[in-house]
Amino acid sequence: MGTSLDIKIKRANKVYHAGEVLSGVVVVSGKDSIQHQGVSLTVEGSVNLQLSAKSVGVFEAFYNSVKPIQIISSTIEMVKPGKFPSGKTEIPFEFPLHVKGNKVLYETYHGVFVNIQYTLRCDMRRSLLAKDLTKTCEFIVHSAPQKGKLTPSPVDFTITPETLQNVKERALLPKFLIRGHLNSTNCVITQPLTGELVVESSEAAIKSIELQLVRVETCGCAEGYARDATEIQNIQIADGDVCRSLSVPIYMVFPRLFTCPTLETTNFKVEFEVNVVVLLHADHLITENFPLKLCRV
Amino acid sequence: LAAYQWEHPRSRNYKAEFASCRLEAVPLEFGDYHPLKPITVTESKTKKVSRKGSTSSTSSSSSSSVVDPLSSVLDGTDPLSMFAATADPDSSRKRRDRDENSIIGSDFEPWANKRGEILARYTTTEKLSIVSTSKAGTATSAMSEKVRTRLEELDDFEEGSQKELLNLTQQDYVNRIEELNQSLKDAWASDQKVKALKIVIQCSKLLSDTSVIRFYPSKFVLITDILDTFADGYCFCISDHFSPENVNDTAKETCLNWFFKIASIRELIPRFYVEASILKCNKFLSKTGISECLPRLTCMIRGIGDPLVSVYARAYLCRVGMEVAPHLKESLNKNFFDFLLTFKQLRARCLLLFPSFSQCLFVELPSYLPLYSPAMDWIFQCISYHAPEALLTEMMERCKKLGNNALLLNSVMSAFRAEFIATRSMDFIGMIKECDESGFPKHLLFRSLGLNLALADPPEGDRLQILNEAWKVITKLKNPQDYINCAEVWVEYTCKHFTKREVNTVLADVIKHMTPDRAFEDSYPQLQSIIKKVIAHFHDFSVLFSVEKFLPFLDMFQKESVRVEVCKCIMEVFIKHQQEPTKDPVILNALLHVCKTTHDSVNALTLEDEKRTLAYLINGFIKMVSFGRDFEQQLSFYVEARSMFCNLEPVLVQLIHSVNRLAMETRKVMKGNHSRKTAAFVRACVAYCFITIPSLVGIFTRLNLYLHSGQVALANQCLSQADAFFKAAISLIPEVPKMINIDGKMRPSESFLLEFLCNFFSTLLIVPDHPEHGVLFLVRELLNVIQDYTWEDSSDDKIRIYTCVLHLLSAMSQETYLYHIDKVDSNDSLYGGDSKFLAENNKLCETVMAQILEHLKTLAKDEVGRQSSLGLSFFNSILAHGDLRNNRLNQLSVNLWHLAQRHGCADTRTMVKTLEYIKKRSKQPDMGHLTELALRLPLQTRT
Repeated sequence: MGTSLDIKIKRANKVYHAGEVLSGVVVVSGKDSIQHQGVSLTVEGSVNLQLSAKSVGVFEAFYNSVKPIQIISSTIEMVKPGKFPSGKTEIPFEFPLHVKGNKVLYETYHGVFVNIQYTLRCDMRRSLLAKDLTKTCEFIVHSAPQKGKLTPSPVDFTITPETLQNVKERALLPKFLIRGHLNSTNCVITQPLTGELVVESSEAAIKSIELQLVRVETCGCAEGYARDATEIQNIQIADGDVCRSLSVPIYMVFPRLFTCPTLETTNFKVEFEVNVVVLLHADHLITENFPLKLCRV
Repeated sequence: LAAYQWEHPRSRNYKAEFASCRLEAVPLEFGDYHPLKPITVTESKTKKVSRKGSTSSTSSSSSSSVVDPLSSVLDGTDPLSMFAATADPDSSRKRRDRDENSIIGSDFEPWANKRGEILARYTTTEKLSIVSTSKAGTATSAMSEKVRTRLEELDDFEEGSQKELLNLTQQDYVNRIEELNQSLKDAWASDQKVKALKIVIQCSKLLSDTSVIRFYPSKFVLITDILDTFADGYCFCISDHFSPENVNDTAKETCLNWFFKIASIRELIPRFYVEASILKCNKFLSKTGISECLPRLTCMIRGIGDPLVSVYARAYLCRVGMEVAPHLKESLNKNFFDFLLTFKQLRARCLLLFPSFSQCLFVELPSYLPLYSPAMDWIFQCISYHAPEALLTEMMERCKKLGNNALLLNSVMSAFRAEFIATRSMDFIGMIKECDESGFPKHLLFRSLGLNLALADPPEGDRLQILNEAWKVITKLKNPQDYINCAEVWVEYTCKHFTKREVNTVLADVIKHMTPDRAFEDSYPQLQSIIKKVIAHFHDFSVLFSVEKFLPFLDMFQKESVRVEVCKCIMEVFIKHQQEPTKDPVILNALLHVCKTTHDSVNALTLEDEKRTLAYLINGFIKMVSFGRDFEQQLSFYVEARSMFCNLEPVLVQLIHSVNRLAMETRKVMKGNHSRKTAAFVRACVAYCFITIPSLVGIFTRLNLYLHSGQVALANQCLSQADAFFKAAISLIPEVPKMINIDGKMRPSESFLLEFLCNFFSTLLIVPDHPEHGVLFLVRELLNVIQDYTWEDSSDDKIRIYTCVLHLLSAMSQETYLYHIDKVDSNDSLYGGDSKFLAENNKLCETVMAQILEHLKTLAKDEVGRQSSLGLSFFNSILAHGDLRNNRLNQLSVNLWHLAQRHGCADTRTMVKTLEYIKKRSKQPDMGHLTELALRLPLQTRT
């Protein structure tokens, strides 16, 4: 190995908030001394939007992907052209995370049609004979805790054949009664979603009960907007024909990176929903949908 | 060297010699040193020694500084325990860790005990299937290739590439799981965490499959083993980062990553098991981790629909919970109560489910419900461990409310303390009776109750009633297997608290049930255990054999190996517990029968060890038989025994010894004066030995027994019989092979022969000559045999024997012999120093000496060392036994002295000592001539 370039961010979890100082070191190492034309460090943050093929058609999706929205971008010159001695050299850096104008540092979010990502890039320019060296490293931004108290919003629900929509032949459905409640649809992202579910009665045997976490991403652009719901994860809370009248806990941890506090901007929206899915034998699938509001406190 | 005559054996005055040689007896003061004084161990000076558990005594007897060599070896650390201490530091560390932070005592039966039991009990012959990836571990050399295969492996564990292996036998299945366990270990070892997690998820998924339901409990055991491996690896991996002084963010981050990874496992059952398995590592995340997590997991189980799967999940959680946080009793209890809630529906659900399921499951309710037992027993055991009486009572009440469900009742009985159950036996019997027959078989309930009663005693007053009630049900069981499983347990209770009458009734009942259709053939282990229990409680064999049905019970063991096994047990117990010799005809008959059975099992294929054991047992019995003063009866018993046990040589040897002993007993009773009747009896004994000995195989056994029996015959004044024994022995000597087998090794026999012959000579001294044969008839015959025997060229044993013969002959020429047998006239009084006898004796000496000198001459060529030592020993013999006033003998001894020193082979110190001895002897009266001899013996100085 010749020369290598590495970025080490000070915080192990790489989580930073707006206004904080992102700090760390750039590590340059090599056997021999390294000649270079300067080392620079760039912070970039952007929202990448993509239109789904479903909403706008294949070609448009391919060509017209919406231009990324830049949130932050700045570069500093770390080292002037010169020479690094052989061995390991650590160059510390500090980057205050400030945005210009009315821009907001959205929370990092990895989705399907919306991606909010922050990267730190280090470039070492070198003479014509040697290739330039680049190292990229992602860091994570958490949005500032929301002000004010979170009001819990418990939801009780009852599912019977009568409450269902989208049923073709209601008469063919087996009889069942499922009650339950969610402790709150306003959720703290670091706390699990909790609740209870009771199968009071069911003619057909139950195959499985699942919690489906769904992201709903909306992208607005010149042609209009596209709204797509996709699954993030599916957690089974009951397997097989559960005991009647015995409450089954609803419990789901929100995955990191794939969820963020519910976000609504002029150009795009990121929202979350949970589906309680009951699978009966004979392949009946019953879904009850609950929009969630995620926040960080 | 010319021929010399042993003209004048030194005449000896044995009495005077004995008196002069005897050491003066000095009374021993307390505290004086004496080598034979027992070492009294006084409390050693430091505690350290005793703690080590060594038997060493730093201060031994108060008088001496002698350290017992055996215990001094053990001083310090015993090498074995030292080894054990260092052998496995890892496991001992683990054990210690576990001990420190748990409050579970040793009285808690650990899971490991249950494990094997479950694996053995829940087996299947059905075909199993497993969803997994088949991956052959290929050893790769190149680095890049290694990386590539690793990536491929990772891909393999992706869900898409899994394939289902069908039609596995149980053994294949177990192997497959073992393979997974191994690859999990490898994964941890090579730090492939993701792979480890994938394997463990895959394995726990198997627990949701109940298609081969008979095997489920065993599958549970196998897979929880894998989970244990995973948990150990995980904790090791985490705690590696979490050394207390180094709680850094990276470690916390790793831990969180795991946490999120596991929380997102899609399926309920794998998620539950993985979370539960690493419960103990929750303390790294937050302090209250475990106390929050345990109740949540408990609730989570409610989502498992299959009641069997869920009860095992609970059992696993209880197990992990007990290990990690035994103080958190509430969640254990919650598990129990949750279980009761589901249980209420179980019956109804089963009935509902089974019409549709039974076709594919082939499981009927009575064999389905017992599958719950291992898990329930475990849960109950966890809860009832150190639980207050009140809680147990409450649990019992709760179970009662559920309509005395048999399954619950059974688990209560197998998990709760035996004392608790025993004191409420009558209640339990009532409850058992009340439960409905369907579902859970009642005999299992009675079995569980019986197990408790074997451990703890019910109230005195209830005992008989309990037995009656229980047996009333047991005796009605139709299936012999069910019956015997139950009866086996209750026999213990019956033996413990009742007399032979009740035991007899029980045995009779067992016989009645097991005889039809030869049902006993399938139940030998249980029947065997019944016998063991009975003999364990009835040490008095006269009582035992008076149990009428005991022998008929033994008749049920018709398979030979089992019957022999049982007989051996009985005999072992007899030997162990019979204190007094017995002549009880009941015992004798029964035990002879038992011994005969074991003896008859011996055949050509029987191992030596087995034969030894059997012989030991039979001998133990023979030694315990005594008819007191009725010697004739005793002898006829021995005759009978001989005919019965002719295949076991050690038994025959024992019988010969016993008969010899009997003859000596007779002599003792008659105080040496046999009447006509006793003389005849003694001759019968002698005859017994004489005809028994030839049937033995071991040549030295025969020789020694001939000699021994001859001595006994002599002691009983059976002179011609004694002669016959000695002649037989003499004629047997040529048959002694060069090599004999001792403990499986071939060894030269000469040293044994030498030993035997020396012993023989001592006896021959007092054997009187037969009036019709010549003088010293036996000695001559023996000498001929020795002469003809082919001796090893490289040894001087023949000459040693000849030297011994010289000693014998000089002892024979004395006026009065060194020892006598009471009432037997030896040659000294027969011949009274007759000159003819002495002349014969001298002639023999001459021949023998010529032989010795001849041999010395042959050694002169190249065996000078042997020549020297042999010469010296001959010199010593002459010194001790010869009359050195005789000139020629004197000259011979001087020559021998020179011979011994000739080649510088002699040990100077020995020579000096010998000379000193001669000088000292010369000062004694009548020994003046030795002074002159000493002057003629020069000491050679080493040049």
